[in-house]
Amino acid sequence: MARRGSEPGETARALGMAAPATVWLVLFFLLPLVFVAVASFMSRGTGGAPVPPVTLDQYERTFTVFGPVIVRSVNVALLTTVLCLLLGYPLAFFISRRRDPRTRLFLLFLVLLPFWTNFLVRTYALITIVQRDGLLNSLLLRLGITSDPLQLMFTPGAVVLGLVYGYLPFMVLPIYASVERLDMRFVEAAHDLGANDARAFFRVILPLTLPGVIAGSILVFIPTIGAFVTPDLMGGTRGLMIGNLIQSQFGGRGNVPLGSAISMVLLALVFVGVLIYTRWGQEDRQ
Amino acid sequence: MTSPAARRDAPAVDAGKVRRDMFVRRLGTVALWLSPFLVYLFLWAPIVVLVVFSFNDGASVSVWNGFTTRWYENIINNTITAGTEAARFQTGLLLRAVRNSLIVGVAATLVSTALGTMLALALSRGRFPGRRFLDSLFYLPVVIPDITQGVSLAVFFNLVFEAVQRVLGVRLVPGFATIIIAHIAFNISYVLIVVRARLATMDPTLEEAARDLGANHRQTFWRVTFPILMPGMLAGALLAFTLSLDDFVITFFNAGVGTTTLPLFVYGMLKQRVPPEINAISALMIAVSILLVGSSLLLQRRSSDG
Repeated sequence: MARRGSEPGETARALGMAAPATVWLVLFFLLPLVFVAVASFMSRGTGGAPVPPVTLDQYERTFTVFGPVIVRSVNVALLTTVLCLLLGYPLAFFISRRRDPRTRLFLLFLVLLPFWTNFLVRTYALITIVQRDGLLNSLLLRLGITSDPLQLMFTPGAVVLGLVYGYLPFMVLPIYASVERLDMRFVEAAHDLGANDARAFFRVILPLTLPGVIAGSILVFIPTIGAFVTPDLMGGTRGLMIGNLIQSQFGGRGNVPLGSAISMVLLALVFVGVLIYTRWGQEDRQ
Repeated sequence: MTSPAARRDAPAVDAGKVRRDMFVRRLGTVALWLSPFLVYLFLWAPIVVLVVFSFNDGASVSVWNGFTTRWYENIINNTITAGTEAARFQTGLLLRAVRNSLIVGVAATLVSTALGTMLALALSRGRFPGRRFLDSLFYLPVVIPDITQGVSLAVFFNLVFEAVQRVLGVRLVPGFATIIIAHIAFNISYVLIVVRARLATMDPTLEEAARDLGANHRQTFWRVTFPILMPGMLAGALLAFTLSLDDFVITFFNAGVGTTTLPLFVYGMLKQRVPPEINAISALMIAVSILLVGSSLLLQRRSSDG
């Protein structure tokens, strides 16, 4: 390998192979992002286009006018992450403890399959269950648990439900990878030293699988903080999130600089997540 | 009966603690069996209900009125919602949306698989300046929210179109080209991840052997590297195709008139008026994605086996 790699033609060939994809990504991904970053410091011109002079007004408006929506988005994303963790950890643990590898594969497959179904179709499927005349309400009414159908849709709670439904597999997979690698002899040692199951879990199992927990949490947090479809279809006006704000600023009566500033705030929130992940969420660097 | 060791241990055992510990264990065991069951119910119930009610003889999604296949027949016979002229047009739109999605998916998959595979080879074989920078650059599309990617590309295309109009006097509009360009941009990263995983398991001595036996670069690539990479490329291509078919947000901001893809069509139906056929349409989409993922997983398994 070293012998081949030192050939002078090799470097040129590698550069040539990397060039098309790199040019594509720079042109159609990086450059547009730079444009949006620049536009976020501009003023609003006719038709919402960004024009000089340079100003910080858009950021000021983002935080003053839309501050509550940003706070709500962070809360919704955090709550979604916690719920995914509470549902996903026991599931990942359960799957990893099956003895037959084919059973494990099948159980993982059952988690993944809904995830590969079109997101809109899945969201619609969930809506049919929780809407006013949906199956859940008719079930609750028939069992006499409630006397009036519950209004579950068009609330922040509905958005959380939709996001948990949409992103739970992102939590299960990394935790599964962590738990499967867990050496059960540590747990036995804890028991031998007098720890009960709860103590063994919080003092041994959880710390050892923490990288998986962090990775899963970030993988859920990042897409949910930027969610657009779920709050759009399930949130109503009370469940608006950052993604809906951004969408409303691009298009007909929009304001591109303001939308760009909101996008930059969203990116900043995502990068906080990425930093946490690269610092604590990766297992392979010992 | 009791050994000396057991007698020595006996006073240390606290009956209350044992009872508490056994309670914790029983509670944990029950929870560990119950919660996966509930999570699977949560994940699957909406999908199963949707598929079941796509055969419901009525528009409701909560009251069962008897079995029918007429929603499926309506889709096939172009007579969505009782066969009015406007509705018939809608089945035409549905078919157009499917066709548009396939055009975008196939084009984006072909280009992104080619570019992503070349990049994977360059990154894992070559040593050149900026390699580590490229490494992190290509992870960005995976982490950056799709809404940011969607709007920034829309702003970019708008600027380019304005510049073209100023210079050439031609007004370009978003359409297939903009959607496909956008899909390729995010798909390259996913193809890269999958193909790279395959490359990492490949034995480099095979290529060296081919060279030692007198094969030139071209022959080595097409006779040795390419056949070994093939399963990885196929898995990457299937992933790209699925992501492309599934994408709503980025397409939403970069589509034009007449280039409505399937997710955009479904979104339009959900936003405006939900026709009873939507359950059948959704059930068909679920069936297709299960087939796609099933074959993709099989391919990936085979590629990791051999």
